[in-house]
Amino acid sequence: MTTRIVELRRGILKKNDELAAGLRDRYTAAGVLVLNLVSSPGTGKTAFLEWTLTELRKRGARVAALVGDLETDNDARRLAASGAPVRQINTHGICHLDAEMITRHLDGWELADLDYLFVENVGNLVCPSSYDLGEKIRVALLSVTEGEDKPLKYPTLFNSADAAVITKMDLAVPCGFDRWEALKNINEIRPGIRIFETSVKSGVGLEEWLGYLVEQRALRG
Amino acid sequence: MHELSIVASIVDTVTESVAAYEGARVLEVRLRVGALASVVVESLEFCWGIATEGTSLEGSKLVVKTLPVVMHCPTCGDVELEGVQSFRCPRCGELCGDLRQGRELEIESIEIDEMDKVEETA
Repeated sequence: MTTRIVELRRGILKKNDELAAGLRDRYTAAGVLVLNLVSSPGTGKTAFLEWTLTELRKRGARVAALVGDLETDNDARRLAASGAPVRQINTHGICHLDAEMITRHLDGWELADLDYLFVENVGNLVCPSSYDLGEKIRVALLSVTEGEDKPLKYPTLFNSADAAVITKMDLAVPCGFDRWEALKNINEIRPGIRIFETSVKSGVGLEEWLGYLVEQRALRG
Repeated sequence: MHELSIVASIVDTVTESVAAYEGARVLEVRLRVGALASVVVESLEFCWGIATEGTSLEGSKLVVKTLPVVMHCPTCGDVELEGVQSFRCPRCGELCGDLRQGRELEIESIEIDEMDKVEETA
């Protein structure tokens, strides 16, 4: 028996990372700003995205969305009401989207015809953090009903985010949501991150969010 | 949650890498996993037996080295964090966002048993 140590130094998710890097190059070449929206199930990603797509379209921006769920095309149908091109990705049990699924579902779309592409990830605060989708901005969302300590419970995801959105701010008072505690916790996990406090019901914080999208597209699109 | 797909990916990578060593059997696979990698070591170990069955990795041992988070504090330089609950410099208390280590998820090395050519032909 002859034993030998073989140094590999290989990333376990190398295949995904390579595909994601390819996607990132395509996005950059096309000048489209791509955002990956991640949260628990029930945070209100779809409602938030519905509003965002509708509003950006009203303002003349060219937008599209990919939406991930284990099953059903309910979310795609909701988002399509905005008039934007939308495709549903059903993962059939897989708890996250990966770069291969994105590549496959972009087939036939002309990226250069888009200003913004939103990817709504599968509702999950754990696994999506490991899978790069080639996005420029990863957005972590949390609703006031989930508790202020969510960032502390799921530090991996919040630490990898570029922006954080608090949803359902209209319910902050009835839920006894401690705003300062939430902001402090997000900042503790991801110092200096941009935070938006929003509600699609009351409209609070949404203009600021749109302003951020326009600014980021100008900067990095 | 996605540990089985991670293990499957390790098996693929290792299988490709040992293809160069004809008939070799894998004895040990050594991983480096950062504290922010979202991977539960126990779950990797749990899947290991099933995922390696019938491959050159069957019967091999999985060894995981866990890496703490290292941040770069503008005042104190690289500092190691004790956990992942606060991204503050443990020396000066400043919040810092410059991550230097902690997201690793990689195969560092493998130990293989190279089938002796003599034995093989005997």
